[in-house]
Amino acid sequence: MKNQLFKHHLFWPVTMLAALLLFNLIYSPDFFKIVLREGHLYGSLIDILNFGAPLILVAIGMTLVIATKGIDLSVGSIVAISGAVACMMISKGADQSSLSLVLTAIAAALGLSLVLGLWNGFLVTGAGIQPIIATLILMVAGRGIAQLVTSGQIITVSSDTYEYIGTGSLATLPFSIFVVAFMLIIASLLTRRTALGLFIESVGSNPKASLLSGVRSSVVILAVYIFCGLCAGIAGLLLSSNVSSADGNNAGLWYELDAILAVVIGGTSLNGGRFYLMGTVIGALIIQTLTTTIYMIGVPPEITLVVKAFVVLAVCLVQSEAFRQSLVRRWKTRHYPGEKEVVRRAS
Amino acid sequence: MLLNRKYVPVLVTFALFALMFIAGSFRYTGFFSLQVLMNLLVDNSFLIITAVGMTFVILSGGIDLSVGSVIALTTMVSASLVQNLGWPPVVVIPLVLVMGSVFGYIMGAIIHYFKIQPFIVTLAGMFLARGLCYVISINTITIDNAFYTKVAQTKIPLPGNSFISISVLIALIVVAAAIYIAHYTRFGRTVYALGGSEQSALLMGLPVAQTKIMVYTLSGFCSALAGVVFTFYMLSGYGLHAVGLELDTIAAVVIGGTLLTGGVGFIAGTFFGVLIQGVIQTIISFEGTLSSWWTKIVIGLLLFVFILLQRVLSARKATTIKA
Repeated sequence: MKNQLFKHHLFWPVTMLAALLLFNLIYSPDFFKIVLREGHLYGSLIDILNFGAPLILVAIGMTLVIATKGIDLSVGSIVAISGAVACMMISKGADQSSLSLVLTAIAAALGLSLVLGLWNGFLVTGAGIQPIIATLILMVAGRGIAQLVTSGQIITVSSDTYEYIGTGSLATLPFSIFVVAFMLIIASLLTRRTALGLFIESVGSNPKASLLSGVRSSVVILAVYIFCGLCAGIAGLLLSSNVSSADGNNAGLWYELDAILAVVIGGTSLNGGRFYLMGTVIGALIIQTLTTTIYMIGVPPEITLVVKAFVVLAVCLVQSEAFRQSLVRRWKTRHYPGEKEVVRRAS
Repeated sequence: MLLNRKYVPVLVTFALFALMFIAGSFRYTGFFSLQVLMNLLVDNSFLIITAVGMTFVILSGGIDLSVGSVIALTTMVSASLVQNLGWPPVVVIPLVLVMGSVFGYIMGAIIHYFKIQPFIVTLAGMFLARGLCYVISINTITIDNAFYTKVAQTKIPLPGNSFISISVLIALIVVAAAIYIAHYTRFGRTVYALGGSEQSALLMGLPVAQTKIMVYTLSGFCSALAGVVFTFYMLSGYGLHAVGLELDTIAAVVIGGTLLTGGVGFIAGTFFGVLIQGVIQTIISFEGTLSSWWTKIVIGLLLFVFILLQRVLSARKATTIKA
């Protein structure tokens, strides 16, 4: 029983998140306090969920891509493009708050994200290019495209309707949480209640074998890249609507790295073949909590990077088979003082 | 067959560079001069040095995302030691070079011994180096040390009324040394073998562990050297220096014809890959009306074309072997 608990894939991520939250609770006792004011819930925990929403979304898409042994470096650029397109269209409109205009803008942004995801997927399956390189193209060019859309400037919009996506609240909770929950449920249902999840895992562990056993690898891979593009597109809408502006230069910068980090912390291996959506969500929450914690203790926010570096390294080392073995070896020899002697006699 | 197929990507890179330069010369007055050509070197010397280190890493089948951050860290450490503590540059420069190499060595060792993907380890290295910059200082540290300003301002005159800087000299020496190392030493051959197939290299009895760690050490050293050159160029240390440079570097290596899967590529290709990026920027600045983001879009397009070209070439090779 005890062993099972340790072996569960969510054990380490949850422990880490709990440790972080516990530290926060000790440091500031009202960290967990949530108050209801004017029909909205306020509190650090709600903030973590709200600000973490775009990252969770991107990371969910990334999880599926990584499960097929791929990687999508272009998500940060897609985040920027989607926000830029939506804001640009709204800012051109006569009545910025009109529902039809906002819906058209959202549709255009998400449609473009789908196309960009399709482009990535096509490069990976159709042209047979390594995922890391195929998506590198859009990562470099995409940032330029986003700047082209915004003409290198920060486009601000004043649209109550559009702002609702990022700042509005539904049933006392931020609306963005519902968007994330919706996508998470869709992704879980599609992958765990249909055979799609199995297909993704089989393509990730061995594309050739799965092709031979009748799985259309190319369709599966195409689908995950499109889904990842869509997730990044929605994240771009959340981000840009939260600040009512689009910045082609800085929106979604380094999102790909944070998203990959969240996936890896969540226990999904970069070697593909297995994925844990809940692990990813917890991974993204860990990153967001870490950022909040660092802000709260008053350490300069720039130090976040150093802490992040050590977290990445620690997580990867724990997951590394070679590292664990070397630890075990060292631990064992410590309990066995005469080992050297025995080895020498025996040989 | 007159021409070995393995040289095709490099020749395409060179031809593209020549073509772009000629096109620019016809279009803009004052473009066709030795100085414009030399300025490509002057403005991109740090990128050349970084890209050389990156070429070795990519040839061995890995990737190094930490280069930009290591450059920033180098400028920051140099600036704070020279400016705030008053250390002589003679001590500081070797010190930062050693620091960069050790940084690379540690990453290489973690990659090799704990079998973690280079992507993740160097990503952590990127965060760490960038973060350490901010630990030193959040603001820019301007350098007014006599040695640094002297080196920055020294112009080496060339025939044809043009000049280059000392940084260019360093970059050219690095390129020459790298070509020698890659093609005429045991280490270079092992790097190619490692990129071709690590398993085979191991079975052939090649020193895989040592070479793999050395490759990252070399890349760390090159980044630190590029950081020193960058310090000459900017005369300041700042945590936001060279943000996103790792992408430019990887793009230059790929445009230069090096296969990202490892084992195939040339240092000379990388050199022209950097120059192509420089030409694009020069053309955009000569054009005047084009904005800087077109650079990114064009580089993205070029990346696409080159990756596709390599794909076609390697696919043809595979079919000829089968036949």
